[in-house]
Amino acid sequence: MAKPKVGFYWCASCGGCEEAIVDLHEDLLVVAEKIDIVFWPCAMDFKYQDVRDMSENEIDITFINGAIRTEEQEEMANLLREKSKILISFGACSQIGGIPGLANFHDRDSIFQSSYGSTCPSVDNPDFIVPQTKTDVPEGELTLPAFHNTVKSTDQVVEVDYYLPGCSPAPYLTLNAINTLLAGKRPEKGTVLAPVKALCDTCDRKDSKPDKIMLKDIKRVSEVELDPEECLLAQGIICMGPITRSGCTQGGEGRCIKANMPCRGCYGPIPEVQDVGASMISAIASIIGIEGEENMSDEHVEKIMDTVVDPAGTFYRFSLATSYLRRKLNDYAKDNN
Amino acid sequence: MEKFEPKILCLLCKWCTYSGADLAGTSRMKYPPNGIVVKTLCSSRVDAQHVMEAFQQGIDGVFIGGCHPGDCHYQTGNYKTRRRVILLKKTMEQMGINPERLTLEWISASEGKRFARKIKEFTSKIKDLGPLPEYDFTESTENK
Repeated sequence: MAKPKVGFYWCASCGGCEEAIVDLHEDLLVVAEKIDIVFWPCAMDFKYQDVRDMSENEIDITFINGAIRTEEQEEMANLLREKSKILISFGACSQIGGIPGLANFHDRDSIFQSSYGSTCPSVDNPDFIVPQTKTDVPEGELTLPAFHNTVKSTDQVVEVDYYLPGCSPAPYLTLNAINTLLAGKRPEKGTVLAPVKALCDTCDRKDSKPDKIMLKDIKRVSEVELDPEECLLAQGIICMGPITRSGCTQGGEGRCIKANMPCRGCYGPIPEVQDVGASMISAIASIIGIEGEENMSDEHVEKIMDTVVDPAGTFYRFSLATSYLRRKLNDYAKDNN
Repeated sequence: MEKFEPKILCLLCKWCTYSGADLAGTSRMKYPPNGIVVKTLCSSRVDAQHVMEAFQQGIDGVFIGGCHPGDCHYQTGNYKTRRRVILLKKTMEQMGINPERLTLEWISASEGKRFARKIKEFTSKIKDLGPLPEYDFTESTENK
């Protein structure tokens, strides 16, 4: 029997997800024996034309990591969807938009301004020359893919069968997923191939979390020396553990927590949560408990809440592109007209 | 141009503002009909997700009504709401939504008049702000 064909592709990503596959170490050799890698531009020499020449559903499993930022990425996602039986959205950027999704606080114009324009002091570009999709040169026409206004997750562009969350996905989860699929098992479409429990439920520091957290204010990690044993929320640090999936380590204790850093939410929301940022706003606002609050003016409470710096950027750090609003709106634009 | 009639979502605590709204109705007080009322068990039952989803669904303003400080049926629910609304407004500002599209008012069960007045004020404010712009996600094939 022919070996199952597997493809890997990257879109708007840092390359960490490709490393996450290499991080399978010796297991990668075992897996590589069982499969036939037909497309992996980052690691092996393939051309887009190789994929175009394939027949429909020829690839058994395709892993796509990274968000969709450009026309090229959108085209490749569509092409790979057409050629693949199973399409797996691999990593946080692909699943929920990830760090590239934070660009949705801006649009193409403002990004070009800061990269090529006067907003960036180190750029010397008085004529404001920006990338064009078509440029005529003596040798012919040069083309570049168009740069989109909005960063999208993979499932906002094509149908996705399964998700592997994380920045980057833990190698043991990747291995589990590959072995499950190679064994012919097919979980329900749309399944996130990671534990459903919240990180807090599996956290090593769970016992140090008081029944009722009452914080006077919110601190940033740079402002305090963190206790390596105590619950980070109880120490006044914003930790996304309550609403984030566990699974970043096999024991479930949390990769960042182990390094004494708060969870930032890269594993995406637990199934009960739709909008990560808003859900976290509710959670954090609830655990700030101020003594004598009943006699405080709105301004006083506001001042205490100001200790939460950059709420949108913090709470939507990985999930802005898949939040309810998906991006920054322009409610104020009409004032300028 | 057709006159803009805003869609307003009113999330009202059943112990106070909802009864206040009831009183305004039974007393035949006049106030604009733009509000869509949802009864909640407490103003703190309103998750920030509900507000964000409302804006996604094309609601132009969200009005949350809760008990006066010290009067919460569940002791501290309204304080949670107050903190949540502060954080939400900061987030809305960053997301490019005018934070004035969200308001939190303390209205007791006996304050039908206050309810009518507050709804009137909020509706006219949203009318001035105009509809919440919808974002067009279609992408151009050029860098323009």
